[in-house]
Amino acid sequence: MAKELLNYVDRKSPVHSLSGATKLILFILYSTAAMLTYDTRVLVGLFMLSIAAFIISKIKIQEVSFILIFILAFLLLNNIAIYLFSPQEGVKIYGTSHVLFDIVGRYNVTLEQLFYQFNVTLKYFAVIPAALLFIVTTHPSEFAASLNKIGVNYKIAYSVSLALRYIPDIQREFRTIAVAQQARGIDISRKEKLWKRVKNVASIIFPLIFSTLERIEVISNAMELRRFGKKKKRTWYSSKPFQRLDYIVILFGIIILIASLVITFYDGSRFYNPFI
Amino acid sequence: MKKPIIQFENFSFKYNSQMEPTLYDVNLTIYEGEKVVIVGPSGSGKSTLAHCINGLVPFSYKGEIKGSLKIKGEETQDLDIFTLSKWVGTVLQDPDGQFIGLTVGEDIAFALENEAVPQDEMKKEVAKAAKLVDMEEKISSSIHELSGGQKQRVSIAGVIVNEADILLFDEPLANLDPATGVQAMTIIDQVQKETNTTIIIVEHRLEDVLSQEVDRIIVIDEGRIVSDLDPNKLLASNVLETCHLREPLYVKALKYAGVKVTPDMLPANLANLKIEECRDKLLEWHNARAPLKQAKKEEPILELKNIYFGYDEDTTTIHDISFTIHKGEMVSIVGKNGAGKSTLSKIICGMERNQSGKILYKNEDITNETIAERSSKIGLVMQNPNHMISKHMIYDEVALGLVMRGLPEKEIRERVEATLKICGLYPFRNWPISALSFGQKKRVTIASILALEPEVLILDEPTAGQDLRHYTEIMEFLNELNQQGITILMITHDMHLMLEYTPRAIAIADGRVIADDSSVNILTNTEVVEKTNLKITSLFELAVKAGIKDPIDFVAAFIDVDKEERMTWRKNC
Repeated sequence: MAKELLNYVDRKSPVHSLSGATKLILFILYSTAAMLTYDTRVLVGLFMLSIAAFIISKIKIQEVSFILIFILAFLLLNNIAIYLFSPQEGVKIYGTSHVLFDIVGRYNVTLEQLFYQFNVTLKYFAVIPAALLFIVTTHPSEFAASLNKIGVNYKIAYSVSLALRYIPDIQREFRTIAVAQQARGIDISRKEKLWKRVKNVASIIFPLIFSTLERIEVISNAMELRRFGKKKKRTWYSSKPFQRLDYIVILFGIIILIASLVITFYDGSRFYNPFI
Repeated sequence: MKKPIIQFENFSFKYNSQMEPTLYDVNLTIYEGEKVVIVGPSGSGKSTLAHCINGLVPFSYKGEIKGSLKIKGEETQDLDIFTLSKWVGTVLQDPDGQFIGLTVGEDIAFALENEAVPQDEMKKEVAKAAKLVDMEEKISSSIHELSGGQKQRVSIAGVIVNEADILLFDEPLANLDPATGVQAMTIIDQVQKETNTTIIIVEHRLEDVLSQEVDRIIVIDEGRIVSDLDPNKLLASNVLETCHLREPLYVKALKYAGVKVTPDMLPANLANLKIEECRDKLLEWHNARAPLKQAKKEEPILELKNIYFGYDEDTTTIHDISFTIHKGEMVSIVGKNGAGKSTLSKIICGMERNQSGKILYKNEDITNETIAERSSKIGLVMQNPNHMISKHMIYDEVALGLVMRGLPEKEIRERVEATLKICGLYPFRNWPISALSFGQKKRVTIASILALEPEVLILDEPTAGQDLRHYTEIMEFLNELNQQGITILMITHDMHLMLEYTPRAIAIADGRVIADDSSVNILTNTEVVEKTNLKITSLFELAVKAGIKDPIDFVAAFIDVDKEERMTWRKNC
């Protein structure tokens, strides 16, 4: 079995017991704060908070390792790209230039650039644990309910959660079809040349599309026959009602957002400048 | 006086996408509290009739209606699908496809959620519905953990939760093994008694449906109602035969023995059948049959020796499986879902690797050969043809495997044409596959595997969900292939298939072979039948009831006669 990408991990923890909607609201507040600020002090603070939440949730790092490695690789790529396209960004922002060493042309390494890219990386580190935590600790059934609770139309919310739910099914079906086609000599492994591989994948995609379309017809009939879409509103069997902890957490989130904005913009700039 | 709840009057329906109407001039009244079965071959219009009742026609599938259909006294065309679905609860055919919720409770609650019922009230209603189908302990289980029969119960609970007046079952048994099918019928019966609803069952496995009492059976063929009788009268008539529907085996046996079946004999249920009136004829017929001769065995073509397998290192799903298949045999592999049948077929084809043990093909060790190498010896045909077909034209689809091997074009053409001729597809070689029926598509997938010239063919559920006509079409074709020397292995839980076509069966339970015997012996062995979710064949029960001394021999004799009958029937066609 291939590793599943991101799944709900069932555990008893204060984070799990929060309503999905609370976690979603908190995540939005929290990432807004992290997006707006470049203030190193704030980012470090946010990072510590999300690590704390991660520890409270009792989720083990191995359980999200696959996606984590994927994101980190992407982060590295991002950092390289930033440097390639604008090696003087840090100098422009902080107004000074402490050159460590030169490479070629305008490509030199400055303390300012390093500090700027450190901040960008920190932003990622502040947001990633929170995002993972929302997905891994919210039961898929509650997912749609929480989207709906923050004002997303329930039809859209349901479609999103249905789509997410069918991904593992479709992966399984892809594997079945691929194996059967292999028996006829259609190889999609690395042994085959790239162009031929692409063509071979097509011969698996077609059956997959047709069987998926069949599925969609069945499920949409089943939903209609049980009156999905009859009323403007619907209730949710598995939504968790708000408890005191939920209100406290949301209040806490709002305070974090305001506090981080105040600290960031107090001196009139999004950046914390240690070079002056 | 009974009150009508569904009334069709001179009702016709034509889909917008079709030239001819699917239903012609239907007149049918169903009364409150009745239990009615609708049978008919594929394409007869029975599903369309069901769709008319639950409102998918005309609200989802558009078309032209003539005449009138009233449900609870109201013309359905003037209503909408939401009102109708409140009255008519539908359980769809595919038990997996229709689940919307992830857990049992959530799925049962779906209709209530859409009615915006407050959460605490909803939880109470869900608990009540789950109790009715004996699933209250599983309410927070994930749907994927359930067995086929339990899934069926959840879908029933999902429609009774909103207290519909009519429950409509669209082929509820299609994906269930025989034992689970009987359980499903018991649950339906139980639900009707406790909720007092009207029940409509669309199904072609008549023998399984009749395990519980039903009021009427409506036979529909080519868009028209051809018969509307109580089960005893229907079985005494020859309507089923003329419409290509399967009669219960014990009724067929009575007819072979020359018994004139009458409604007064109560043939609808074997337990009630008045055996006294036919005992003499049955005994007489049985005594006249000569004892069977044993066919001699050819040399082995495929041998499995002490195969062990597990998906991970700690658990084994296949324990020490060994058996030998001889050249030219036709063998069934039977067992419950999850017993390891499909895994075993994957191991044989090389799609999974056995941890230990040996696989021999014509006395040669092929354990270390790849899928591609084995594919010219052993071919696997999957259950759903749509999982295999990837080209538009029949010729291209059958040629695909050969093209991939890079054979010269001339040789490909020769081999494909030869295969198409064997499979009776040669006249259609330039047709698009989308124009074919399910049975013909199946033929194409078999042809595409045969083009690689394997001598052993493994088929996964070749006849699942097929009506008698398609079943016969597929099986007769496989039979011909078999006579041309192809060895055939079939994974199945179709008891008719076992009895009619495969003399030998291998029963698997919990990853072990629990019996390797003649199909007749397996289907009359209580212990094996229980462990594989099959049923004792009604032929055996009939023989016991009639007091025949050697009931197993009686079953064997029936199969023999049936085979002859089919041969003459085929010659006449």
